[in-house]
Amino acid sequence: MTRTVNDETSELQVHQKEELQSSEGTREGVYFKPNVDIFESDEALMVVADLPGTAAEDVEIDLRDNMLTLTGIVDTGWGDNWQPLYTEYRSGHFTRQFRLGQQIDQSKITAEMTDGVLRLKLPKAEHSVPRKIEVTTS
Amino acid sequence: MSTSLWFDNPRSLIQNELRNFLRGGSNWDRSDWNMARSRRLSGVFPPVNIYDNGEGFRIRAEMPGVDKESFDISCKNDQIVIRGERKLEDVEQEANFHRREREGGQFRRAVSIPQPINPDKVIAEYKQGILDIFAPRAEEAKPKKIEVR
Repeated sequence: MTRTVNDETSELQVHQKEELQSSEGTREGVYFKPNVDIFESDEALMVVADLPGTAAEDVEIDLRDNMLTLTGIVDTGWGDNWQPLYTEYRSGHFTRQFRLGQQIDQSKITAEMTDGVLRLKLPKAEHSVPRKIEVTTS
Repeated sequence: MSTSLWFDNPRSLIQNELRNFLRGGSNWDRSDWNMARSRRLSGVFPPVNIYDNGEGFRIRAEMPGVDKESFDISCKNDQIVIRGERKLEDVEQEANFHRREREGGQFRRAVSIPQPINPDKVIAEYKQGILDIFAPRAEEAKPKKIEVR
């Protein structure tokens, strides 16, 4: 049976936000699991996370014992004078943890926040970067 | 295309379902019905929340990583249409993906406002990945204070 609605593959679909157990956050409030892309190149591991509503200064990145924790604290106090009429999504903070299989050079980690998207670059420690051995001719 | 519970155009929703029903003919069975139902419940991107403060309405949508230039927002008396595209950045070919949960693509969402708004005074802001639209009530839809003499 053919359908016209939502047949275009390039059309964005709605995915409900996944709520985490309250014990997982350190702050009061509801926590959701952010969507992430994680990819690896020879030199670094890149983590891209969707944290809508989080200001750059409210992103917390913690890396210890190869456990990476991302937290985005979202300002939920803006709507005090606003009466909700219709709600399709819930608001709250974001948090997620990953165990890294690579040694990371902590001193070279960089993070950038643009339009609610966190781009975290975790450069691999020297010894885990594959070394290219140059062959010289005499 | 708009298939949300009740803020979208109910007539087009019914037309779409009817069209699918007619095309499918006798193939229409319970699983088709469930598909239609779950599609309607899952809604159209972006999910929106609507708020009211008496002066007007505020429509908010979480949509991180959208290029501000790609937004095309238009409004009529009681409807706001949000169009745009979310593009994911190109990743170098040799990169090895461990997780890929983020999605790119186009979106078009028509949001019906329960009361007439003033289309000339609608303001849209995109900040920290949240689209925030303020739509003041039309003058005739504002509550009038009546003096007691």
